[in-house]
Amino acid sequence: MISKKEVKHMAKLARLDLTEKETVKFQKELYSILDYVSKLNEIDAEIAGVSRTDYTFSDESVVRQDRARKKDKEYAAGLLKLAPKTEKGYLKVKSILK
Amino acid sequence: MTISQVHEGLEKKQFSALELCKSYLAKIKKEDKKIHAFLTVSEDLAISQAKKVDNLISRKRKIPALAGVPVAVKDNILVEGVLCTAGSKILGNYLAPYDATVIERLKKQGAVIMGKTNMDEFALGSSTENSAFGPTKNPHDLTRVPGGSSGGSAAAVAADLSVFALGSDTGGSIREPASFCGVAGLKPTYGAVSRYGLIAFASSFDQIGPIANTVEDCQLVFDAVKGKDPLDSTSLDLREKKGKINKLRIGLPREYFDKKTDDPRMEKVIQAAIKKYQEKGAKFIEVSLPHTEYTLATYYIIAPAELSANLARFDGIRYGFSAKDSAKKNLMEVYLENRGQGFGPEPKRRIMLGTFVLSSGHYEAYYLRAQKVRSLIRKDFEKAFKKVDAIFSPISPFLPFKIGEKIKNPLAMYLVDIYTNSANLVGLPALSLPVGKVGNLPVGLQIIGKHFEENKILEIAKWNNLRT
Repeated sequence: MISKKEVKHMAKLARLDLTEKETVKFQKELYSILDYVSKLNEIDAEIAGVSRTDYTFSDESVVRQDRARKKDKEYAAGLLKLAPKTEKGYLKVKSILK
Repeated sequence: MTISQVHEGLEKKQFSALELCKSYLAKIKKEDKKIHAFLTVSEDLAISQAKKVDNLISRKRKIPALAGVPVAVKDNILVEGVLCTAGSKILGNYLAPYDATVIERLKKQGAVIMGKTNMDEFALGSSTENSAFGPTKNPHDLTRVPGGSSGGSAAAVAADLSVFALGSDTGGSIREPASFCGVAGLKPTYGAVSRYGLIAFASSFDQIGPIANTVEDCQLVFDAVKGKDPLDSTSLDLREKKGKINKLRIGLPREYFDKKTDDPRMEKVIQAAIKKYQEKGAKFIEVSLPHTEYTLATYYIIAPAELSANLARFDGIRYGFSAKDSAKKNLMEVYLENRGQGFGPEPKRRIMLGTFVLSSGHYEAYYLRAQKVRSLIRKDFEKAFKKVDAIFSPISPFLPFKIGEKIKNPLAMYLVDIYTNSANLVGLPALSLPVGKVGNLPVGLQIIGKHFEENKILEIAKWNNLRT
C-alpha cells in the first residue's frame, strides 16, 4: 500500500531526515496503521452526503482586531536568546538566494 | 492530602505554606528517583510563591482555595522561566518565555508550582514510555507504566509528590493515566479551558484538565482555570448551572463493554461500581453507539494530520534543538537534520502518517473521509444523550501493563485508547474515577457527559464517594 519511494517523499515533505533503517521500519509500520484505518472504507455508503466535522463546538466565528501586542525590549531580547543563531538582533539562517 | 485539607491547615495555622512546600520538595528529592514523575523541579519558584501566600496569611487576608497548594504541571504547559520540553529532545533546552493562561490563573490563586512532569513526547502515547527522558513508573507497581501521556502528572499525585496536577488530554491522556494510577482526572469540554500556552498536538481535540486525589479537588481546579480567554478563540464560558440531580439516568453503550478485549477482572470492578449507583437510585439504560468500531481509525487519521501541521513549527531556527552546523549545509538540510535528529520515533511516525493522509492523492480517501465519520460518531452521541444524563464505560480495556510490553507495536499501543478517543472526537467532557482495584492495580470508571455539563458528571462522580 505504501512504497519505500513514497515513504521517502513523505519524509521530505515533512522535513525529516530519516536513516535507511528508519525508512524501512516506517514503511512497515505505516503499512499496518494505514491498513487498520482503511476500515473506514467499509461505511462508504453511509458517509455519502454527510458533512464533515472540523470543530466539535462552534457557535460562531470569533474575530478580534489584528493588533500587535506591545512587548518591551527585554522580552524581545529574551526570545532571541532562545535562538541558536542570531546577529544584530535578528535570527540568522542560511541564505536562500544564490 | 486534598486541597481543602491544605486550605484548612493553612487557615488554622497548623503549618505554613513554606513548610508544606519544603516538605513536598524534600519528598520529591527522596522518592522521585524511583518514580521519575518530574522532569524539572522548580524549587526557587515554589519557595517564592509559598512565601507570598504566607505573607497574605500573616496580614490576615482571606486566601483563595488553591493558595499554597502544591501543583505539578505537565511539561507541555508553559511556565515562564522554567524549562518546557514536551518530553522531547527538540525542546530539551527551551525556557518558556511566558505563562500559559491556566498557569496565570493558578498563580493568581496562589497555587505553588513544584515542577514539570514527564510525558510521552509531544503527548503521543499511552504509557509515558515515549518520553525522550526515560519512562515514569506506576507508584502502585514500579514494573508497570503509569499510563500516558500525562503519566508524570498522574504518578506525582498518586505518590503524593504533589497535591494536584495539570495534564492535557487529546485522546485519553488525562483519563487513562488517572485510571492507571488510581486518581481522579477530568477532560473538560472542548473549549472549556484555554489552550493558550499549551504545546499543541491536535488543535481540535486538545484540552487541559486537572488530575487530583478526589473529585472535589478536580472541581476546585477546574473552576479556577476554566472560562473564556481572549488568547484562545475556541475558548468559551460555561453556561451550565450547578444543581441537584434527581432521577439520574445513565447509559451503558453496549459497544463499550467488549467481552473479547476487556480484562474480565477489571470488568468485575466496573460492574460493582454500576451496582452501587443502582442501589443509590440511578437508572441504567443500554444505549448504542453504532460507529464505535470506527472511532480509533477516525482518530488515528485526524489527530496525526493535525499533529503534522502543529509540529511543523519545530525547526530549530527560532528555538530548540539545532543539529551540528557546517558552512556547506543549505537551508533544506538544516531543516531535515534539526527535525530528523530532534524528534523521537513516535513523533516521526505520526508526522509521517499525518503528512500521508493530508497529501495530494490521499486527502480525500483518508482525511476527508475521517472528518465525515467524525460527524457520524457525533450523531451517535447526540442520539444516546437524548435518553440519558451521562454515559458510563471502562477507561481502557487493560489494567496498567508492564513497562516494555506494548512499546514495540505501535498499533497495540493505540488500542489502549479505544474507550477514551471518542470524547475527544466529539468534544465531550469525560472524567476518570477510581472505583476499585484488581490486586494492587487501580481500575477507573469513565463518566462521559454532554457538552459543557462537567458539573453534572462531577456531581455524579461524587455519588460514588469512594477513594481507593
